[in-house]
Amino acid sequence: MKNPIGYLGNRFLGKEKATSEKKIEPMAPINVLINKEVAAHIRSWRFIVLIVLVVLTFVASLYVSSGNLRSAFGNPQDPDKSFLYLKLLTTTDNSIPPFHVFLNFLAPLLGIALGFDAVNAEQNGGTLTRLMAQPIYRDNLLFAKFAGPMILVSTLFTSLVLLMLGGGLISTGVRIEPQEVIRIAGFVVISLIYVGFWLSLSIFLSIKFRQSATSALTAIGIWLFFTVFFPIVINLIVRSFLPNPNYISEQEFLKYNELILNMLRLSPSQLYTDATTTLLSPSVRSLGPITMEQMIGAIPAPLSFRDSLMIVWPQVSGLTAATVVCFALSYFVFMRREVRS
Amino acid sequence: MNEPIIELKGLTKSYGSVRAVDQLDLTIYKGEIFGLLGPNGAGKTTSILMMLGLTEPTAGTAYVCGKNATRNPIAVKKKVGYLPDNVGFYDSMTALENLSFIARLNGHAPLDAEKKAISMLEQVGLSNDIHKKTGAYSRGMKQRLGLADVLIKDPEVVILDEPTLGIDPSGVSEFLALIKQLSRQQGLTVLLSSHHLQQVQRVCDRVGIFVGGKLLVEGNIDTLARNLLNKEGYTTSVSLQEVYQDTQLFESALYHLEGVRTVAVRGDVIETVCDRDMTPEIVRTLVNNGADIVAVHKKDYALDDIYEKYFENNKTENYTHEKSDRLFGKSLFRKRKSNV
Repeated sequence: MKNPIGYLGNRFLGKEKATSEKKIEPMAPINVLINKEVAAHIRSWRFIVLIVLVVLTFVASLYVSSGNLRSAFGNPQDPDKSFLYLKLLTTTDNSIPPFHVFLNFLAPLLGIALGFDAVNAEQNGGTLTRLMAQPIYRDNLLFAKFAGPMILVSTLFTSLVLLMLGGGLISTGVRIEPQEVIRIAGFVVISLIYVGFWLSLSIFLSIKFRQSATSALTAIGIWLFFTVFFPIVINLIVRSFLPNPNYISEQEFLKYNELILNMLRLSPSQLYTDATTTLLSPSVRSLGPITMEQMIGAIPAPLSFRDSLMIVWPQVSGLTAATVVCFALSYFVFMRREVRS
Repeated sequence: MNEPIIELKGLTKSYGSVRAVDQLDLTIYKGEIFGLLGPNGAGKTTSILMMLGLTEPTAGTAYVCGKNATRNPIAVKKKVGYLPDNVGFYDSMTALENLSFIARLNGHAPLDAEKKAISMLEQVGLSNDIHKKTGAYSRGMKQRLGLADVLIKDPEVVILDEPTLGIDPSGVSEFLALIKQLSRQQGLTVLLSSHHLQQVQRVCDRVGIFVGGKLLVEGNIDTLARNLLNKEGYTTSVSLQEVYQDTQLFESALYHLEGVRTVAVRGDVIETVCDRDMTPEIVRTLVNNGADIVAVHKKDYALDDIYEKYFENNKTENYTHEKSDRLFGKSLFRKRKSNV
């Protein structure tokens, strides 16, 4: 037991020896492919840079929020004040945005960086033909390209969040509510779906374009469009036919407001913002405008997890649908494609 | 030996209006080394891709090892090893990792795969560079690694696409000797595509000449040479001691012989093309007419000539093709321009 690794290694080998007589089962091709994807990403500089980036933003936003935790926790105006761990994720003094807003920018970057050269790099390197000449199904390859990075990103997010929870427990000593655990897990899942959307989009582009630079640029272009230009474009369009707000009734005004919001929700980043904000702030009751009549008699109190989930269910299913559509598109393009180097 | 293992019937592949492969019928038997010869862009790679089910034929069928390659590519790929023309490896992985990855994809358990990969690397002579990253491999080493990669799945058929491209001459002969040895030892069927005649000539049992998507001839090299001789005629050139002023006499005498097609006199050399081998008669006639002969040369056809002959016939055709392509390209460009 002096050397734990050696000990474990011996244990492992011993086990291998025992089973080798029974004949070791070969791995399914899909698992071999996923293994290779994960190993290739872990060893790559690209992934190390991404990890550093994500960890840095996480630490920075956590540092700011823990500095402001006392004031946020003691704020009697805030119905969410008892959720310490949610506060840890969302509080900020406006010097830098909270982690979930950061992730709105970082998740596309993660997805794009891990997927933009998934297929075309193999094609340009001459490995795709070699791989396709093996007895594997083509969809296995595509799925491995998607599953490999997703495993890595989910491990990264889960460990970061667990580290935060553990650190919070040690430093504050406050007990964690089961509801908080569920909400934070939900936040991680939605973030993963969001990363999955950008990953499958960039895989699609990597099949479509032969040059990885082109596909990376296109993916970044789409990302920039949705985060920067899309709200501007919507604004311009709506302003062109929106009557002067001073001359319309309140009802109509609300209707237009709802229309603008719904158009903004065509952008995946808006969906993600809506979903995470609602999940991490239990007191958010509606994502649209609320009239005074609706507010009368309402006690500002946190919603249950189920109710919050009900609010963001359209957002979550929209994100999932977008991911599936991108994946299906890449499947459609790749399946009957002629593979030659 | 006469059991067909690759059977192509009426295999056709069109890209738009261009026919890359046109009605290809080809049968390759178990245990032979078949050379697919043709210039660049003749459709060799396309045919190979169709045999592996990597691209769908427009018409016709490809059966490999008794399996339909279009409908059931996985079964075919289990038995066929394919070395693409510019094979690539994962540069950040070592040779051993690259190989055992492929072995695991072919259903070997991880430990098993590694053992197998090591023995394969030894077989192709790379045992000193097992743990070297493939990014640092030279072209020739990569080609050897590619061969190991093909053989690791214990194939019945090996398809090599331009395997000698970019290797130096000594490397080429070593590589080809390796292929031949492995094929004979393990009873492998080898399909080799190339545009290098000499190399193919050295190892192939049979060759097929493939130009413009069509298989012009197939057979062993002797048969091809005989076919060509029958078609082109037997050429005998006779060198005389001096340049005769009056060669009319010889020419008319030779034209009187039955079977002589053309007679050409160039200085002191008389070249005769005949339907059959008529060298003795020609010499006798010339001697009877008072010519002093110093040398007689009967022209033999090597693969080079065979190849050149077939290419020449198609060159003019290809040229017109190219031209029409260019015209097409131009009009497309114009169209796009007007759209803008």
